[in-house]
Amino acid sequence: MTDITGIVEKRRGQRGELLAILQDIQAKYSYLPEDALRAVAQKTGRSLVDVYGVATFYHAFSLKPRGKHLVTCCMGTACHVRGAPKVAEELERQLHVPPGETTADRQFTLETQNCLGGCALGPIVVVDGHYFSSVGTPNVRGILEKTRSGLDRVDLASDLRAFPVEVACGRCNHSLMDAHDRIDGQPSIRVTASFADKHGWLRLSSVYGSFEVESQHEIPLDTVVDFFCPHCSAELAGAGPCVACGASMVPMILRGGGVVQICSRRGCHHHMLDLEGTSAWSEWR
Amino acid sequence: MINITLNGVPLEVEKGTTLLEAAQFLGFPIPTLCHMEGLHPYGACRLCIVEIGEGPRAKLVSSCTYPAEEGLKVRTSSSRVVKARRMVIELLLASCPQSKTIQDIASAHDVRQQRFRQEHEDCILCGRCVRMCEEQMVAKAIGFVGRGAGRAIGTPFGKRSEVCRQCGGCMYVCPACELRCTYSEPDKAICGGCANLAPPCLEKEQFDDLMCYMKPCVACEIPKS
Ligand code: FES
Ligand code: FES
Repeated sequence: MTDITGIVEKRRGQRGELLAILQDIQAKYSYLPEDALRAVAQKTGRSLVDVYGVATFYHAFSLKPRGKHLVTCCMGTACHVRGAPKVAEELERQLHVPPGETTADRQFTLETQNCLGGCALGPIVVVDGHYFSSVGTPNVRGILEKTRSGLDRVDLASDLRAFPVEVACGRCNHSLMDAHDRIDGQPSIRVTASFADKHGWLRLSSVYGSFEVESQHEIPLDTVVDFFCPHCSAELAGAGPCVACGASMVPMILRGGGVVQICSRRGCHHHMLDLEGTSAWSEWR
Repeated sequence: MINITLNGVPLEVEKGTTLLEAAQFLGFPIPTLCHMEGLHPYGACRLCIVEIGEGPRAKLVSSCTYPAEEGLKVRTSSSRVVKARRMVIELLLASCPQSKTIQDIASAHDVRQQRFRQEHEDCILCGRCVRMCEEQMVAKAIGFVGRGAGRAIGTPFGKRSEVCRQCGGCMYVCPACELRCTYSEPDKAICGGCANLAPPCLEKEQFDDLMCYMKPCVACEIPKS
């Protein structure tokens, strides 16, 4: 049985609440389970046909379980004339499933869409929110391989947006860097994390733009975690809410001045770098 | 009160009157298909189009959904309207040629042929059944599913709906399937009236035979005690 009480409660009374609820359910289960739709209908006082009608109307919703990775190939006009059908065919061939279907090992779901908003860079293939541009049939294998080995892994040498940072605790000013355990080939950031009744270490990649983490306890997606300095045990908090999800942001002092903030919710990739104002930090102090 | 001119005849109507109602009041014939008294106008079939406005700004609108506006000039059978209406009829014939209702409309408008690819759909998505189920039967058992070329009428998850009372109202109002009799193969029948030996009204308490369109049906032959 799927539990959607929290999702419905969170969106209650919002404008366009039904769509938001369905999106949240889709994000949680990666599809819309039948019992969840029934529960939505019951909890929001709508009839089941209405909910079902909305769920089947939008391409973004799926009523069938999807694979771990969602591969979307753009078939819009611009991509089409640049050879998207060939790319789609190649994806189909390598994944052994037609568009709209999921591979037998539940790893990949292949989908086609009409325009993903990057026409000038077409053909576009999007895997789990990562855009690949100017894709040709020879690139397909590489894309799938990269997906299998983890898309969030950042290649420091080739990716100009990613760079390593060095951070310290805002209260005791002790460095949080851990040179022994490396993530992404760089010293990791080590903090103490606690959620529910679990308490343990957590290591973050120090590469700004990478979301690799390791932790003592498995942290379920969507959990908001409290971060503490392993040296002075002060909580790393007070930076205000995340603009993307509303959980509180975790501030850390940048070596050389400035503050870096990361969202405390597992799975939320919002972060920000403030090189000048240390406002959040001084307020906290 | 709102003053409009219908085919040159001035007319005063109440606010909220649709052009179709106004035309019917004056007796100008406008063919309709998805429109049905007692159900909300839906504007799906476009058969009831009329021309409003003048000169280059004249446009075609569906009269069943268009409310009368002050000073509006309406033409219900200008050559543009007739041409467009015949096209609509041809399109309907192309998708649902077996419907008696559509055949009657076609012959009334002297359309004997259609020039599109012939299909044999069971449904023209006029939404009559959906509105009947919701507005008159207060059940909301069926609705539109999917979109675009895949749009269809159906129950949630394609399963039998728990809220359906099998009143038959949807089939009663359908202009496409119209309780077609498939007497020799009762199990394939859409209606199944004659083979309906286990009428729902006998089992369900809340079932009131006033709200039933299953005719013929054995249940009504059984004398009520
Ligand atoms: S057509 Fe592919 S992104 Fe627009
Ligand atoms: S009767 Fe007006 S659109 Fe169908």
